[in-house]
Amino acid sequence: MGERVRELLQHRPRVVNVGLELFAQAIRQQGGEVQAVEWHPPLVEPNPEALALFNDPAVEAANREAVSRMMRAQPVVVGVARARDVIPGMTERTFLHAGPPIDWEHASGPLRGALIGATLLEGLASTPEEAVRILESGEIELAPNHEHQAVGPMAGVISPSMPVYIAENAAGPNRAFTNFNEGIGRVMRMGAYAPEVIERLRWIGAVLAPLVGQALARSGGIDLRAIIAQALQMGDECHNRNKAATSLFYRALAPHLVECEAPSSDIAQVLRFIDSNDHFFVNLAMVAAKVMADAAHGVKGSSLVTTLSRNGTEFGIRVSGLGDRWFTGPANVPRGLYFPGFGPEDANPDIGDSTITETAGFGGFALAGAPAIVQFIGGSPSDAMRATLEMYEITVAEHELFRLPVLEFRGTPVGIDLRAVVRTGILPVIDTGIAHREPGIGQVGAGIVRPPASCFTGAYRAFERAYLGQERRRRAEEEPVV
Amino acid sequence: MVTRIHVEPNAYYDSVALMAVAARVNRVPGVDLAALVMGTTLNLEMLRDSGLGDPALDDVSPNDLVVAVRAVDEGTARAAIQQALEGLQRGAATAPAATPGETRPHTLRTALQRFPGADLVAISVPGPFAPIEAEAALRAGCHVFLFSDNVLLAEEVRLKRLARESGLLLMGPDCGTAFLGGLGLGFANAVRSGPIGIVAAAGSGLQQVASLVDWLGSGISHGIGTGGRDLNAAVGGATVITGIDALAADPQTEVVVLVSKPPAPEVAARVLERAAACGKPVVATFIGRTLAAVPGIIQAGDLTEAARLAVQLATGQAAEIPGVVERQSRIAEERARLNTGQRYLRGLYSGGTLCDEAMALLDPTVGPIWSNIPLDPAYRLANVHRSQEHTFVDLGADEFTIGRPHPMIDQTVRLERLAREAQDRSVAAVLLDVVLGYGAQADPASELAPAIAAARAEAQAEGRHLVVLVALVGTAGDPQGYERQCAALEEAGAIVTPSNAEAAHLAAQLVA
Repeated sequence: MGERVRELLQHRPRVVNVGLELFAQAIRQQGGEVQAVEWHPPLVEPNPEALALFNDPAVEAANREAVSRMMRAQPVVVGVARARDVIPGMTERTFLHAGPPIDWEHASGPLRGALIGATLLEGLASTPEEAVRILESGEIELAPNHEHQAVGPMAGVISPSMPVYIAENAAGPNRAFTNFNEGIGRVMRMGAYAPEVIERLRWIGAVLAPLVGQALARSGGIDLRAIIAQALQMGDECHNRNKAATSLFYRALAPHLVECEAPSSDIAQVLRFIDSNDHFFVNLAMVAAKVMADAAHGVKGSSLVTTLSRNGTEFGIRVSGLGDRWFTGPANVPRGLYFPGFGPEDANPDIGDSTITETAGFGGFALAGAPAIVQFIGGSPSDAMRATLEMYEITVAEHELFRLPVLEFRGTPVGIDLRAVVRTGILPVIDTGIAHREPGIGQVGAGIVRPPASCFTGAYRAFERAYLGQERRRRAEEEPVV
Repeated sequence: MVTRIHVEPNAYYDSVALMAVAARVNRVPGVDLAALVMGTTLNLEMLRDSGLGDPALDDVSPNDLVVAVRAVDEGTARAAIQQALEGLQRGAATAPAATPGETRPHTLRTALQRFPGADLVAISVPGPFAPIEAEAALRAGCHVFLFSDNVLLAEEVRLKRLARESGLLLMGPDCGTAFLGGLGLGFANAVRSGPIGIVAAAGSGLQQVASLVDWLGSGISHGIGTGGRDLNAAVGGATVITGIDALAADPQTEVVVLVSKPPAPEVAARVLERAAACGKPVVATFIGRTLAAVPGIIQAGDLTEAARLAVQLATGQAAEIPGVVERQSRIAEERARLNTGQRYLRGLYSGGTLCDEAMALLDPTVGPIWSNIPLDPAYRLANVHRSQEHTFVDLGADEFTIGRPHPMIDQTVRLERLAREAQDRSVAAVLLDVVLGYGAQADPASELAPAIAAARAEAQAEGRHLVVLVALVGTAGDPQGYERQCAALEEAGAIVTPSNAEAAHLAAQLVA
């Protein structure tokens, strides 16, 4: 018997009650101290032989390693290039898209719209009808951004000639890519492909991207993590609100931009474009998060979630210790608020790679610090506070750099633990844009959404199988306790 | 339909605040479409596209608020605009402060952050999930009171090994009761503090011994529950041994009581030797059974005897439970009123250990007893809901509690069964246990007393005298009020004793 048992008998125990409230009440009735846990049944009934995985120190250690890589990754945006020149595995006939793998037949309206737009942009078709025929024929290979070190908001379509940012990890070997933000309203990422949409994309390719690329080269790279850390203290959560981050990026970029060799009218146009778009930074927030998440991927035995992503039809997740396999379920429709003239019946199911921000410990996870947008979750700043506090229940760590003043500078909840999601039934909170379900219309609102539980239960079963395989090899002959 | 536009210059609102108010205004009867936007070019285009275009929009700047309403008539449109503006004002004024303490913790980890001094975790979640919580608690350095049942034996072994390696106490699984440092855990009675320490592998057994110690004028230091399987060969008495060592080291404890069904033989030797060497007097009871004598261990025949011996050792004085003599003479009168056909006993128990003890004490005198937890497997009831000859059932067992609360909390099943037993012409007496204490039903007699009165009246109407014996386990300090419960049950015609063994002995005199 240890010293701790001896100590236990020397005073009245101080109790945490997990389960029946009646026992917590009984302790209070006796004048005892008790903290009650609001316990809910897990999402699945675990295999009884695998119960140890929930508290296994080896899994804890793997998760700490993974989350530490995630927090310590240093994404720096260093330049701009054409997608097919830099993105690994990209060919002239590859279109990348958001979310888990999908084909044309199963693609939702906004994704189809964006694919039509990309076909027009690439000059492969001259009319939308022709574009549809090409896409139906299967001569274009569709592949998830996530499988090519890339991310894109909403439909997330990246086609070979599009310009992409290059973000490097200054603390590791990996890098990631993302496309340019087109502004709000009728834009390709929301599934719009009208002539003015394609026109804007051509201007981005011809004027905006080369100038930003030059400016980035002159700057020697801009530290995205530092911008995110500051913006989180300025009312952004860097998924649905990027006002502060866009301003900070603008400040960092502007001097280098004006030093570029280009007509001042072009430079002015670029600056105005950035200034007019509060979401200009969201793609950079995402590529930063992708650099962080990829750094955490592939840690053996880790149950850390390293991808949360949707293609408008399915939600998919990937897990650090489970390789590149996707675990998917049907995407939910966000609960939210709509632009004038639109309503829930217009909404497409959840879409986009932007949930990489939640994966890396901001976005919806930092909602407590973004009071200006809290009405997305149907109410007051205290609801936002609850959303963030709830995420601490399913994450491995508190972020070393991303801190929220409103929580007394506590680090944001970071590193979703698959096991904790399954154990508590608490699903990650995501605040997101809502696209119209028909191609060509665009954004119709914004709101809050959770992933389907089936992504996590599917991944859990795979994790359980892997764990049991390992355990059976390791486990020695059982002996009596004494 | 009319469209009305209101522009509020230099009034900035976040688009989300605007959408929230717009959503409410759009639900106003007579309003066809309402939009609240800041006057950016894009927003103005959107208004025009929605058919809310108006010349008034031409001079609007991005910092101006635009409220546009299309409604059935002028009055409705104006009222809606007014409502929108008021809604925005209210929204700006009411920003209730959120404090981090507002949410209840969903996990043990968060609970321990909130309550860093916690040193014990009480777990009562369903069995398949319970080991997850118990292991989390142990790994966080906390002792565990594990009430949950249906935990796999392999998990119990694994968790107890972890507890031992971590120097922690794991009580359970299936541990109904514990008393630590004056605090009762699970179903526990308000017992006076004193010199008697108990280690019990039986929940209601621990409650019986502790409350009788109180009746006999002494008190307990600690009552450590271990769960019913602790003395199995696989578990090896891990928690019993930790408990004995803990009480041996505890300065308040002067006498140690060990309560258990007969352990696996190989475990019994080790545990009893350990107990005998603990340096304090040890009383052991194996719930109505007697084992071969072990030097240094005083064996008690039943739970009541164990309490009596322990109090005698601790105080140096023999004490008796009040009322024994009166109940003795009362039972003789009751016996005289039975018909010749009334030959059988029926026991309806909420505590498994109390049911087991009563059977063990009665079997030698009245013969075999049918049960869902029989002493001899040959007497397992085929249908647990139907009694035959002598039948005692543990109503807290799984077959009665699936989808229902435990009978210590809800007596519905027992009341129905009592009414049925009363109709059986062969029944002489019904034995019941009522366990008081924290966690138990607030006023069990309020349901049970009328049911007893009704059962007896029904038998009486058929010309039979039905004896009802109640073992009322509890203390004067229990929240239900022992005196009040006892009075109500006696009023209904029951013979009430604080000792389960005494109730069994009284019953034996009716049919032996």
